[in-house]
Amino acid sequence: MKPRGWGFLCIVALFSLLGCHRAPTPQFHAQVNPEQLSDWGILHLDDGTLKLAEGVQAYQLPTPLFSDYAQKLRTVWLPPGEAARYSSTSVFEFPVGTVISKTFYYRRDASQGGRVQEAPALSAATLDLRAVRLIETRLLVLRPGGWVALPYVWNEAQTEARLTRAGATLDLIRVKADGGEVPFAYMVPDSNQCAGCHAPNIKAGALQPIGLKARHLPAEQLQAWSAAGVLRGLPAVTALPRTVDWTDESIELGVRARAYLDINCGHCHNRSGPADTSGLVLDASAVPDVSMGVCKPPVAAGQGTGNRRFGIVPGRPDESILLYRMESTDPGAMMPELGRHLAHDEGNALMRRWISALSGSCGNHRS
Amino acid sequence: MSPPECDRCAQVRTWQSVVVTFVAALALGACTPTPPAATTDLSYQSKLIEQLIDAKPGQVIEIPAGRHVFDRSLTLRTDDVTLRGAGMDKTVLTFAGQKSGAEGLLVNASGFTLENLAIEDTKGDAVKINEGERITLRSVRVEWTGGPKTTNGAYGLYPVRTRQVLIEDCVVRGASDAGIYVGQSTDIIVRRNRVEYNVAGIEIENSRRADVYDNEVARNTGGVLVFNMPNLPEAGAGTRVFNNRIYDNNTANFAAKGTAVASVPAGSGIVINANDQVEIFDNTLRDNATAHIIISSYFSTGYMNSYSVAPGFDPYPEAIHVHSNRYTGGGDSPDGLDLKALKLAMMGLSGRFPPVLWDGYADPKKLVNGRLPAERALCIRDAGAVLNADGPGNYRNPILDEKSFRCELPPLAAVAWDPAG
Repeated sequence: MKPRGWGFLCIVALFSLLGCHRAPTPQFHAQVNPEQLSDWGILHLDDGTLKLAEGVQAYQLPTPLFSDYAQKLRTVWLPPGEAARYSSTSVFEFPVGTVISKTFYYRRDASQGGRVQEAPALSAATLDLRAVRLIETRLLVLRPGGWVALPYVWNEAQTEARLTRAGATLDLIRVKADGGEVPFAYMVPDSNQCAGCHAPNIKAGALQPIGLKARHLPAEQLQAWSAAGVLRGLPAVTALPRTVDWTDESIELGVRARAYLDINCGHCHNRSGPADTSGLVLDASAVPDVSMGVCKPPVAAGQGTGNRRFGIVPGRPDESILLYRMESTDPGAMMPELGRHLAHDEGNALMRRWISALSGSCGNHRS
Repeated sequence: MSPPECDRCAQVRTWQSVVVTFVAALALGACTPTPPAATTDLSYQSKLIEQLIDAKPGQVIEIPAGRHVFDRSLTLRTDDVTLRGAGMDKTVLTFAGQKSGAEGLLVNASGFTLENLAIEDTKGDAVKINEGERITLRSVRVEWTGGPKTTNGAYGLYPVRTRQVLIEDCVVRGASDAGIYVGQSTDIIVRRNRVEYNVAGIEIENSRRADVYDNEVARNTGGVLVFNMPNLPEAGAGTRVFNNRIYDNNTANFAAKGTAVASVPAGSGIVINANDQVEIFDNTLRDNATAHIIISSYFSTGYMNSYSVAPGFDPYPEAIHVHSNRYTGGGDSPDGLDLKALKLAMMGLSGRFPPVLWDGYADPKKLVNGRLPAERALCIRDAGAVLNADGPGNYRNPILDEKSFRCELPPLAAVAWDPAG
């Protein structure tokens, strides 16, 4: 990559702020962490619209991590001429210089004052800033030494996002569909906390993307990337793992529940993850026995048990610690530990239905 | 050991906890120095978080004296970093207004030292070290300042999946599970700490080779716990508990139901559950109202069934060596109806349990002529008769028995790791 002078960057930044129509070129910064998101050239503002730079690919996950009802614009950019290598089970192997971004946003509520609403799912790879409020953009950048996580927080004027390595807490109010208001503290993680989810192997500690795995991405998306030459080694469509939309009622309840647990819990609750200390496995590899929480007494849940005795009690969601911790908003009890302050009512409803439908019992126990 | 609930004992328990909480509040008020003026200024938070992000191996991060306010958890991921305050009563990190994070401080690194500071009122665990070697926690005070409450964080000092752990000269008060909890770790030294008003004072769980000595363990629900839990990759063995002062551990159990410690009766000095090769000696045990030492199997937790326990788990305590301890008082007011009834039946209204209780479970597959082989035996000396509660016989035929426990086990080796080196 040709080095470019600071002057060039400043001009690009200036143009993007002024709403210039010339799209910037994505830049990989191998060492420095630019203070402004625009310096990466991945996203740019154009006449009140957030747009992707040339070569930046947007993608969506049919079953995403819940993040306080924020919608997410996800992108990936690979250095020109480079491609990722497909894996059937792990994160795709990306070339150094890859930049992944995730922009968290809400529908802008007319009454303002920190009021936000869940935005509709992304329909195009642009965001109309008259309709949405941008909160933060998190970058995962693959440098020669490994992936690095950088959180950027958007300003009130929505003209720039600034690097906020120490994280931030924003006081927002969720306006529900029925008009009800729920105040909450939206948390932008600090750089170290990114590893709480993005270091799925606690011993190795290395950061990784989470969503860019075959089982999380629709076949059409993978085929499009393959056709565009940015993904190599894609097998025939029949050999791809099944991707599940957790809201798709035509799919079996248990399959949807497992997909939901996989993306929301599996980054820690896998066999080598930070939550391997609990003996509770919730990723795609889990088998539905005591290791997945069925009739499992907790190891170190503390007050997170909610006075319940087992992780999952078949047929009894209100006796299941799993659901208690997913419904809780107490930082000392809730799961996941980071990244949400609101309960995910729809996700929890799915869990409740799933546990209710499980057959079996945990034997006779005094409760 | 969880007693059946009834309305009356619920009432009694409530009153007990009110009294205990009140007394605890007085005691805490009396011995906690007045902290510097409270502030809600979060300016130091960002600074410390950035220092933790930028930390380089070998670095010492000094946290100045004062009361520093945090509303989110701290995370460290760099090896060989020391976090040092100006003293456990001078540098106070308060998390009373914490909005996010399951810990006060979460560490995923080796060569970590935390010393000379206090961490107060975290929503979850105060200090958790998940995976690492050479971990030192020294002169750290952890406290939930409202006294014992179920809503307090679970663990005070919590290394898990660690190797070569030293916890010394620390103070932990108010943990709703264990004050000092070392889980799934190896080569552990816990010494000269003061732990009080926690559900469990010190807990060693699924860990190998631990030395717990010279600690002051008072006014918890249970003093020192040596446990093995099922459904984990490794079982623990090889813990020595010696030279500790363990007294007045009679605080009503305030753990959330469902936790392992919720089954610990108030008034327990030392409890062994399902763990092997434990040596308890030279301790001073005083006025622990249920019993000074309880040796129990996983059956007595109330969780033992084929659904809840993965195959291969050994629920029996074996190779337990209790000797040369000093016992004073205690055993006179056991917690829970089952134990109260047992005491009345065996010792009379004004009597007291002997220093050591055993739930009576031994692995039938390992018995030879009705006894455990010598290397797996329960050997109890200098404690008079042991009360065998006859758990396997539904507690119908408890007996006082000295003879069956007359044996010797070779002393366990000291933890072969010199923290000074």
